Amino acid sequence: MAATTNILIVGVGGQGIVLAGDIIGIAAQRAGLAVKASEVHGMSQRGGSVVSEVRFGAEVHSPLIPPPGADFLLGFELLEGLRGVARLRPGGVAIVNTQRIVPASVTYSGAVYPVEAEAQLRDACPAAVLLDALAIAGELGNARAVNSVLLGILAAHGVLPLPCWEAAFRAAVKPRFLDLNLTAFQRGLALAPAAPRS
Amino acid sequence: MEEILTGNQAIARAARDAGTALGVGYPGTPSTEILETLVTLDGGVAQWAPNEKVALEVGVGVSFGNRRALVTMKHVGLNVAADPLFTVSYTGVAGGLVVLVADDPGMHSSQNEQDSRHYARAAKVPLLEPADSQEAYDFTRLAFELSEQFDTPVLLRTSTRLSHGKSLVTPGTRAGELPAPAPPNKPAKYVMVPAFARKRHEFVEARMVELEAWANAAPLTRAEYRDRKIGIVTSGIAYQYVRDAAPDASVLKLGMTNPLPLEAIRAFAAEVETLYVVEELDPVLEEQLRAAGLAAIGKAVFPICGELNPAVIAAGLGLPADAPANLELPGRPPALCPGCPHRSVFSVLKKLGVTVSGDIGCYTLGVMPPLSALDTCICMGASIGIASGLIKAGVDPSRVVGVIGDSTFLHSGITGVLDMVYNKIPTTVIILDNGTTAMTGRQEHPGTGRTLDAAEAPRVDLPALLRSLGVTDVATVDPYERDATTAAIKAALAFPGPSVVIAQRPCMLIPHEVRPRVELDADACKACGACLRIGCPAITEHEVTRDGNTRTMPEIDPLLCTGCAICASVCQFAALAPLKGKDKVSGLI
Repeated sequence: MAATTNILIVGVGGQGIVLAGDIIGIAAQRAGLAVKASEVHGMSQRGGSVVSEVRFGAEVHSPLIPPPGADFLLGFELLEGLRGVARLRPGGVAIVNTQRIVPASVTYSGAVYPVEAEAQLRDACPAAVLLDALAIAGELGNARAVNSVLLGILAAHGVLPLPCWEAAFRAAVKPRFLDLNLTAFQRGLALAPAAPRS
Repeated sequence: MEEILTGNQAIARAARDAGTALGVGYPGTPSTEILETLVTLDGGVAQWAPNEKVALEVGVGVSFGNRRALVTMKHVGLNVAADPLFTVSYTGVAGGLVVLVADDPGMHSSQNEQDSRHYARAAKVPLLEPADSQEAYDFTRLAFELSEQFDTPVLLRTSTRLSHGKSLVTPGTRAGELPAPAPPNKPAKYVMVPAFARKRHEFVEARMVELEAWANAAPLTRAEYRDRKIGIVTSGIAYQYVRDAAPDASVLKLGMTNPLPLEAIRAFAAEVETLYVVEELDPVLEEQLRAAGLAAIGKAVFPICGELNPAVIAAGLGLPADAPANLELPGRPPALCPGCPHRSVFSVLKKLGVTVSGDIGCYTLGVMPPLSALDTCICMGASIGIASGLIKAGVDPSRVVGVIGDSTFLHSGITGVLDMVYNKIPTTVIILDNGTTAMTGRQEHPGTGRTLDAAEAPRVDLPALLRSLGVTDVATVDPYERDATTAAIKAALAFPGPSVVIAQRPCMLIPHEVRPRVELDADACKACGACLRIGCPAITEHEVTRDGNTRTMPEIDPLLCTGCAICASVCQFAALAPLKGKDKVSGLI
C-alpha cells in the first residue's frame, strides 16, 4: 500500500490557496488515488490566514494531516510559511513564496513581523525552497499565477505523474486563465532543481 | 462516476437525487453551500428564507404536502428553528423531512460551539452523522427514507470539517417517480392541540424505541475489530481522526447517534479491554454509555472545547503525537475588506465614543483594533434589544447605538424595532445595509431584489418598513460620505424617540464601478496616523528617512486599495486623494 502524501498549503485570503488545493486533489484523483482535503479560512472573506490540507494515497482517513506532519508545505506568504513549517514532518520540504504581507497585528497591535523569517524557515527546514514567486508571476503578467509557480515546484518533487497535473489544471482553472497558469506551472517545474535561494 | 465533492456538495446532490421538492434555509457557515449547490443542479429547487424558523416551517409545509424537503442551517440557526422542530417531532411527516444542521467546533466562524446533538435528544428525533462526503451523500438519501419509514423529521449533523472537507463520492441513481402532492387531512396527526398531542407524544416514545432497534442491526452501526486492547466508540468526522490516530484499535462507528444503538454498543464493549468514546464537543455519547453502566473513558482524556484532530486523539490515548513547536509569531486576524463601507461607520462611532451593541455579520469585525468599536455581540438581531435594554438600565440613550446588517435585520431585527417603538424606548439603530448577506459569501435576501436562483424578486423597502413599524426618525446615508454619516448618526442619537439610520452602500465584493485608487502625497503627509486608525488592510506603515529624519509614514498598497477614499476623508492635511486621470484600481478585489 502506497503511503499517504500530506500537503499543507498556507497563506493569506485571496491568494488562490483553495484553487491550489483543488488542483492537487484532482491531480491525485487522476492518478487513481484516494483524496481528502480540508480548508478553513478565517472570518473575513479576505486578508486572514488561510490553511488548506490535502492528503492522497491508496487509503485516506482524516482530512486533517495527522502526526508526524506534512510531507510538503506550500507557503504563499513568508510569515504564514514560517507558521506552517511547525507542522512539517521531520525531513519534509517547505516551498515558500518570500512575499511579505503585513498582518493587522503588526500594523495596529505592536507585533513585529519576524525580520529573520527566511533564516528561521531554513533552520526549521534545511530543504526549504524559498523563492520570489510573486516576481515570477509578475513577469508572466499576473500576480494570481503565484499558486501555479508553487505547484510547479511541488510537481518537480515527483509527488504525482506530470500528465495528471496538466489534466487537473484543465479541469480546475477557468479557460481564460489556463494558459497563464500552465506557463507558470512550467516555470515552477523548470525552476525546482536549482530554485533561486533568495 | 467518482467525483471530488465537499460534504455540502454531496448533501445537495443527494437531496436532488432523492427527489427533494424544495431545499430551504438561511445562510450560515458552514452550511451555506448546500442550497447554493442544490439550486444549480438539474432538477434542484432551493430558496433562502428570511430565517431558520421560517425555513423549517416552509419545509414542514412541503412535507405535509406529501413531498420531500431539505432544510439547512448552522448550529445556532437550529436555536431559531427549535420551536417548530420540537412539535414537528410529534406530528411526524408525510413527505420526508430532513433538517441539516452544521456545527462549528473550534468556532471558525461562529459565536459559540454548541453541540446540536442535544437537540436530537431533546426533540426526540433521529440524528445521522456522516464521516466523509460519500457518507454525506448516502446518509442524506437514507435520512429521507427513514423520515418516511418512521414518520419523523430526521436531523443530519455535519461539522465544519465534514461540510467543507472534500473527498471522493460515487453518487447513486436518481429516485423514480415520487408520490403526488396532497394536502394534509389528518387533524389528529397534524393539529397539535393537547388532546391530539398527548397521543402523538406516546407515538414519539414508541418511535424512538423502534428506531433504536433498527439502528442496532443497521449497516451504519459498524464494528471494526482489530487489536482488542482498545475499543473506541465514535461517530462523524471524529471516526476519521481515530483511524489515523490509532490505526490498530477496534472501532465501533456509529452512523446514527440518536437514539443510540445500545445493544450494539454493549456487544462491542464486551469484546474490548478498554472502552473509549471519542466525540467532538460535549460528552453526549459518553454520558449515555455511563448511564447504561458502561465504563467508557471520554472527556477525562479528550478535550470538550475546540476541534478534535488526529494528534489530539493520539495524545488522549497516550500514543506518540508530535506537538508542533510553538513559534511566537504575529497573528493574522481577519479584517474588514479594503473598501468595506462598514469601516466608515465604525470610524465615526469610534470618534463619537458611543457604546455600540453589535450583531452577527462581517461588521462584528468592527471589534478588532484599531477600530475597536463594538461592545456587545450575542446572536442574530440582539443588537437592537440589547441597546434598548441598556437604555432601560439607565445608560444615556444619546450614547448608545445598535448596529445590524441588512440580512440580519430582516432575519430577526424587525421585532426588536417593534419592541423599541411599542415600549417608547429612544433607541438608535444603524442598519449597515450592504445589499447582501456578506459574511457567508454574499447570498440574496428579501432586501436584495433577487432570490437564490438569481430571479428578480420584490425588494423590501427598508424606510417604508421602519415607518410602518412606527419609527418616525429614519435617515438614509452613504457611508462613503463620512461627514453626512456623522451628522445623521448625531441627529439620530439626539432624537428623543426611536431612530434608525440606514447606512447604504453595496458590499465591496459585489461587482461595482471601478474607482480611482488613492495615492499618498508624501510631502503633504504629517504622519499623524489618522488614516491608519481606520484599520484599512491597504494602509500599512513603514519608516522613511528624509533629510536625515526618520518618520513612520503610511503606505497605500495599490493592489489592495479600492478607491473608497475613507482614508482621504479622515486626513486633515489633504495628503490622500483619489488619483486623477486614467489610473484605475487594479488589485486583488
